[in-house]
Parts: sequence; C-alpha cells; structure tokens
Amino acid sequence: MSRRMWIFVAMFMVLPGMLFTVSCAKKKVASETGLQQGEAGKSAADKARAEELARQKALEEQRLKEEAAKQGKIAEERARLENEDIYFEFDSATLLPAAQGVLKKKAQYLKENEKLKVAVEGHCDERGTNEYNLALGDRRAKSATQFIMNLGIPASRITAISYGEERPMDPGHTEEAWAKNRRAHFVIQ
Amino acid sequence: MVGLRRGAAWLLLFIWVNLAFLKGGLCAVEYIDINNPFLRKIPVAVPFFQAKSGSSADSQIIKEGSNFLAQTLDFTGFFKILDRGAFLEDPQRMGIEIPNISFNSWTTVGAELLVTGGFEFSGETIAVEFRLFDTFKGRMLVGKRYQGVKADLKKIIHLFCDEIIYSLTGKHGIFSSRIAFVSNGSGNKEIYVCDFDGGNPRQLTQTKAITLSPAWSFDGDWIAYTSYVNGKPDLFIRNLKDGRSHKVAYQGINITPAWRPFRLELLATLSFTGDQEIYLLTETGKTIKRLTHNEGIDVSPSWSPDGKKIAFVSKRSGTPQVYVMDVDSNEVQRLTYYGRHNTQPAWSPAGDRIAYTAMEKGATNIFVVGIDGKEPVQLTHNSGDNESPSWSPDGNLIAFSSTREGPARIYVMTTFGTDQRRLLAISGAQMNPAWSPRNKDN
Repeated sequence: MSRRMWIFVAMFMVLPGMLFTVSCAKKKVASETGLQQGEAGKSAADKARAEELARQKALEEQRLKEEAAKQGKIAEERARLENEDIYFEFDSATLLPAAQGVLKKKAQYLKENEKLKVAVEGHCDERGTNEYNLALGDRRAKSATQFIMNLGIPASRITAISYGEERPMDPGHTEEAWAKNRRAHFVIQ
Repeated sequence: MVGLRRGAAWLLLFIWVNLAFLKGGLCAVEYIDINNPFLRKIPVAVPFFQAKSGSSADSQIIKEGSNFLAQTLDFTGFFKILDRGAFLEDPQRMGIEIPNISFNSWTTVGAELLVTGGFEFSGETIAVEFRLFDTFKGRMLVGKRYQGVKADLKKIIHLFCDEIIYSLTGKHGIFSSRIAFVSNGSGNKEIYVCDFDGGNPRQLTQTKAITLSPAWSFDGDWIAYTSYVNGKPDLFIRNLKDGRSHKVAYQGINITPAWRPFRLELLATLSFTGDQEIYLLTETGKTIKRLTHNEGIDVSPSWSPDGKKIAFVSKRSGTPQVYVMDVDSNEVQRLTYYGRHNTQPAWSPAGDRIAYTAMEKGATNIFVVGIDGKEPVQLTHNSGDNESPSWSPDGNLIAFSSTREGPARIYVMTTFGTDQRRLLAISGAQMNPAWSPRNKDN
C-alpha cells in the first residue's frame, strides 16, 4: 500500500474513534446526576419501541407494495379490457377462436367487477359501402355482446354500438391496416 | 336553412312572352333521342346577350349571365356549346327576334339551336327576354320575359333553361333541384346542401358528430339522416321549412332512410330486435310495418318510383346482393348475380333501371342494371372508388362519390356513364350525395 492509502485508513478508522471517546465523556456527566439507573431502563424501552415501529413500518411498506402491485394488476386488467380488441375476417361477424379466448377473459373480468358497464363497438375496414358497413359493424358488436351474455353477463351491462367504417384504427389502405380495423372494441362506461 | 327557402323575390318574376304555337305540335324526340340522349349532342349557339338599356357596368352582368346560361345547358349533357369565336354575327348588332335573325349565319357555323337574350336594367331591377330558336326551321321554340332584382339573375336563367329542356324533351329539367351530401370539412361529417350544379354549398347540420346518409322526401320539404350526436347511430327526420323534427333512436342502428314517393313515409334499417331489418315508418318515426323477416343483414332500401316496390341489400345468400320486394305481398326476388359485393341500390325515376355499387377485386364501381336483372352495365372504370349513386329527378344524370382525385368528392355523369365531372370542390372529403326532387314551386 502506498503511503497515501495509509493516511486514508488512519482518517477513517482513527478519527471516528476519537469522536466516540468524546461522546462517552459527555455521558459520564449525565450519570453524575444520579439518574444513571433510570436512564438505562428508559433507553431499553425506547429501543424496543423503536424496533417495534421499524417492524411495523416494514410491514406497512410491504403491505403498500403488495397493494400497489395489486392495483397495478387491476389497472392492467382494466386496461386490457379496453385495449385488447377482437378481430374479424372480411365481411364476417363470426367469432374466430382467438376472439373467443379474449372474450372469455373479458367476461371473467366483468364477473369479478360487477359494477362495470361496457359499450362494445363494432368496426369495419373501408371496403364495401358505408351503409352496409354500419350494418356489418352492428353484427360484429352484437356477436361479441351475445358471447359475453352467454357467459353470464347480464344484457343491462352491455351496449352494442356500430361505427361501421367511420373510425378506423389504422388509416392505411393495405391488407394489414384493414385487418386491424375489422374489430370489436370494449369501452368502460 | 334560409338558403333552402324560396326567396320572396320569386314573386316578382312574371312571364310575358309565352307563344303557344308548340302546343302538341312539337315532337320532343325530334331533338333529343330518349334512348341515348348523350350519343349525339345538339350544337347550340349562346351568343353574348344584348343590353337594351343600362350602363357599361351592366355589360359585365350580361356577359356573366350569357356564360352562366351556356354552362347550365352544358351541365345537362344534351348539348354541345359552340365556341363564340366562330360566330359570324356581332352579338351586339344581331337580331334577337324572328324577322331580324339571319338563321343562315347560324346554320353555317353548325348551330342547330340558338339562344338569344335582351336585358333591360333600371336601378336594381332587371327585365330579361330569352328566346330559343330552331335555326334550321327558322322558328322560335320558346320565348319568355322575366323581371326581378339583379341578384335573381341566376334563378331567372335556371327558369329559362328549364323551359328549354321542357320544350325539347317534354319533361322538366333539374335546375330547381338540390343535392344533399356529407362533408367532413368542419372536422366532423355533417350534412351539406348545394344547388344541382354544385353552386352555393352550405352546411345544414351542426351536430359535431358523425352524420351520414341524407335522404329527401318526395316534396323536398323533409330530410332524414343518421347522426351519432347522442353517441350512437340514431335517425333524425327534419322539416326544412318549419323546423319540425323527429327522432328514431332504438337500441342498435337506426340508419339508411329512404322516403316513399307521393307519401310522407320512409323506410329505415333498425336493429333493436338484434337483427338488421327494414321497416316502414311515418314521418314522425312511428313504425307502420316491418318489411323484411330474414336472419342476417337487410339494409339500404330504395323505392320504385310508383312506391310499390323496394330494392334493398341483403346477405341472405351469403354475400351482399341487391333484391327487389313487392311491399304489399312481401315477395322477394334477387336482382344481382354478377359479383360478390353489390350494395347501395338506387331505383331510376323512370322505373326501368337500378343503379348500384359493386366491389370486385378491390375496385369499387357504379353499375346500372335493368329491373329484370339482366346485362349490368359498368359506368365507372379505373378511377378510384366510386360509390353512392343518386339519380337526378329527370333521370338523365347520376351523382356519386369518387376517390379518383385523392380525397372523396362528389361527381356527376350521364346515366350512360359519359360526361363524368366533379360537382364541387370544398375542403375535406365529400360522400353520400342525395339528389332532391324538382322543386314543386317551379
């Protein structure tokens, strides 16, 4: 070790030791008042109380952490209800297997959250004329609505709204854009 | 709304010349072949009209009036407007009445018809004489004198053009008709109305929501449309004259209104039962009867001109196709067999044909088919998506929307697919044109 390093070690080890010595001297002054015994007992009780507080604080922190995680999960599930759309084939309102899987999850969530009401929007791609697509969007919204109702969600909690081709998710004119636009979308009301 | 009312100025107009020698004597087909009126356009000369009195400032009004009349005739698709540069006669010195017209100089430049006009100005009022001549026979076909305020000149010209068309075809023209359409120029789709030629466009609805599918009642007094103003597609029925309005707002869709000829009743597609079906409603929105009873989409009805049948779209065979139903017997026949996506039927005013929109191989085009369903004819080709055919009230033109220039715009063509042109250019995209009936006041 270099000479400089030794100086550092001396500074960190020796100087705090000197400080400790000073504080010991102060305590002696206090004991001279004749309250030494009582002071010692009080100090033990304080220590126990502090430990208990710390334990409780840790528990509380743990609880909050779990609560936050739970809330996060709830928010995530709630967001998924709105963000996870189901998709259809061209000129069809038939529920594909993937769509049915998503709808089952949505139904489960709605069961667990009895107060939630949802609107189910039916959308189409731009192909075909807008009047026909309003009817097709209506059928798509109703297919999804009916599926959820069959899983036990009462009709009073679901409203079907067709938007036809009026609100595309992707404004493009490609097969990829059209696939994204042929969808049923859930909105919490 | 104000723009849709008849101006008080109409009362000022009166007819002076009304020579009746055409009564029963003139055969309309002589001039315009109704089998294909657009195959041979009639050459017509519209020299600048003459000032009988007035200042030099008025000569500009006269020039604009002459051009406007020529444009209006051109719009019909019946005529070939001759270039004024080739005329042999000086427009300010030529005769505008029979003994003074040198018909020879008009037949020499190829004109078969000649329109002359004489203007008199007095302050803000204006008196106009218009005459239409057959140059080969050397006779007047129709002559009228109108009086009104200067601002009414375009209306006066429309009135005389209607006389021209009536004298040549035996049917009234479209010059008092309007076209309703949808435009998103304001940021939302709203209903607009313009004159038959695209002039004077004005916004009719202020819903600030998606608003679609305008439809005119047979008398032109009511308009029905679908709007999301309450968050879902409801049907609104509005009287344009007195502001009365009614709403059809069942759960599901309330769309595709179609007014019945001769009666204040309309069809609409409703889905409150869970299925999209066509219903007959009163003008207040009460259900008279349900017309379709078929699991699956039934939508987009259009009346036959006698009000006895409807054409509509149904998916009952697996793909959207056009069907025809007798309203009393509910008997249904399929109309379209060619193609896999045929929608938006529009029955012609003459009753013999049905226009519709067909989508095939990614292209969307307007077709016309006889009511026997045979020999569909494609009217638009290779020019973007073409949708929403709507017949002019005289049955000679079809308005439609097209994306041929990028954003959707309203276009007009003859019923044979010729003379396709844009009707108007305003901001945003335009779609869903609906041609009004002739104004009954004219």
